[in-house]
Amino acid sequence: MFNLRLDNVSLGYGKQTVLRNVSFEAKPGEMLGIIGPNGSGKSTLIRGITRLIQPGNGKIFLNSSDISDINRQKLAKLVAVVPQNPTLPEAFTAFEVVLMGRTPHLGLLSYEGKKDLAIVKRAMESTQTLAFAERRVGELSGGERQRLTIARALAQEPKIILMDEPTANLDINYQIETLNLARQLCRKQKLIVVVTLHDLNLASQYCDRLVVLSQETVYCQGIPQAVINAQTIKNVYGAEVYVYPHPVNKLPATLIVSNKDK
Amino acid sequence: MAVESLKGSDTPKTIAIYPVQWRSRIYAIAGMDILLGITIVVTLGIGSIDVPFGTLFQLLLAKLPLVHIQPTWTNNTEIIIFDIRLPRILLAGLAGAALAVAGTTYQGLFRNPLADPYFLGVTQGAALGAVIGFMLPAWQMGSIPLLAFVGAVSAAAMVYAIAKVGRTLPMTTLILAGVAIGAFLAAITSYLMIVSGDSLHGIISWLLGSFSLTNWWQVAIATPYILVGIVIIWLYARPLNVMQLDEEQAQQLGINVEQVKLILLGAATLITAAAVCFCGIIGFVGIIIPHTIRLIWGPDHRFLLPLATLAGAIFLILADTAARTMLAPTEVPIGVITAFLGAPFFLYLLRQKKRAIF
Repeated sequence: MFNLRLDNVSLGYGKQTVLRNVSFEAKPGEMLGIIGPNGSGKSTLIRGITRLIQPGNGKIFLNSSDISDINRQKLAKLVAVVPQNPTLPEAFTAFEVVLMGRTPHLGLLSYEGKKDLAIVKRAMESTQTLAFAERRVGELSGGERQRLTIARALAQEPKIILMDEPTANLDINYQIETLNLARQLCRKQKLIVVVTLHDLNLASQYCDRLVVLSQETVYCQGIPQAVINAQTIKNVYGAEVYVYPHPVNKLPATLIVSNKDK
Repeated sequence: MAVESLKGSDTPKTIAIYPVQWRSRIYAIAGMDILLGITIVVTLGIGSIDVPFGTLFQLLLAKLPLVHIQPTWTNNTEIIIFDIRLPRILLAGLAGAALAVAGTTYQGLFRNPLADPYFLGVTQGAALGAVIGFMLPAWQMGSIPLLAFVGAVSAAAMVYAIAKVGRTLPMTTLILAGVAIGAFLAAITSYLMIVSGDSLHGIISWLLGSFSLTNWWQVAIATPYILVGIVIIWLYARPLNVMQLDEEQAQQLGINVEQVKLILLGAATLITAAAVCFCGIIGFVGIIIPHTIRLIWGPDHRFLLPLATLAGAIFLILADTAARTMLAPTEVPIGVITAFLGAPFFLYLLRQKKRAIF
């Protein structure tokens, strides 16, 4: 079975270390959430898994192969990224941007064939982006762009999708829609979905397991019920919150309380 | 792509339809090929001596093997057509194609609509090389193209070496290094021009560009550089598209960004140097042609690059024809024509379509 495994990984930029001794695993059909305060290294982790930066220590494995031994084009067939606030060229059409997802499958001399177009069309259908396939990216809303980058990731036909803050800048409806889509893809296509999130409630509702980053390393990991509690959140974020079982599904729900009356 | 055709399928294994724009862009490429052929033939007949179309056609046919036509033309006409006009038209076409493709490539790589060979100091390097050539003793004038070529390529290489940080090449550093080196070289050029004395007129003519001294060996030398460079750039059209995202996304889509940058910068610089070393500096082609194509047919480099190649060739052949006929027998510098005709047309297009073109 295909899996993603990080084994004692340290990541950083130059001499500055951002993460050390990070270990976790993810399996197909599993949605793994990465949570932690600002600057705790969530995006750095995604850069590491896509080999934009090399681990200083430890190894990252896809199946059993070290990703340092996989060339960039092969890696892009296995791992796709949905970046946070990506730069998208405004004059390109939505369709053309999704078509870029086929890049790792095409050589310099090959061209997009019927198969590639069918895959792009399916990716756009499942992300409900087909309706604006012909529009220019510059004319799209934030939510539409977000779905477009998900469609592009699907067009890569990857085994793993990494999503960096997919709900930032989206209203509550699009937040839910985006994560519903992510979970649906994860289950149906047996993908590994790794998603970094700020919102603890979304993390608890949507992720099967959570990895909590704090102080340059993994603070704890496990199912949401085991990870999200007032003490952990106090220790990791320094915020006073109340955690109680969600009235509908008993998953931990985090409530904030303002202290203006104190 | 017609959205209707995409929606109207009921099986999950959908039948993909090629986007309709692709068809119109392919027709545009075919149409431009024909237009280029027509342009070459028509401009061959125009000039100090107008050659009627019928005679021109017979002249061309007679050059084919196994065709024997009793000449109805003078030997002089044949020399004008084949030894003066044809090489000149071919070099103008090659230079136009090279400058348009190089402009498209620089703009794509820098993600900057104003990028052109000036950004890397290529043009200023060529100018300095040429000016040094003009100051050599008269019998060494033949070395001007070589010096211009060496100047262009070494300026770009210097900028590249300075901007490289470890194994990566940050594009902002590259532009800044290019602008600084370009200014430095331009300063030397200006000084040399002041002290050049009698060569000043020749230098200024060269700096404004001209095809008046074109001969067959120039075409023979420029052709392989320009054709090979253009084909290499065409092959990298898809990576260039993906690089319109940002470098991080391009890498995550499997592009070896540093390698693509090096290959494209190298190829674009080489074709620019091969073009300007014979005809001097011709501005504006590398800016207006790519943007005109983008305005009409969109920013997809797989179509943009071939269309820019053809349109650049057509545009410069027409501009050179105007340069040699407008005030005949005086030659108008071609740089004057390209800006004078090109700028208003481009402004017109810009007003027509007020939407994102890049």
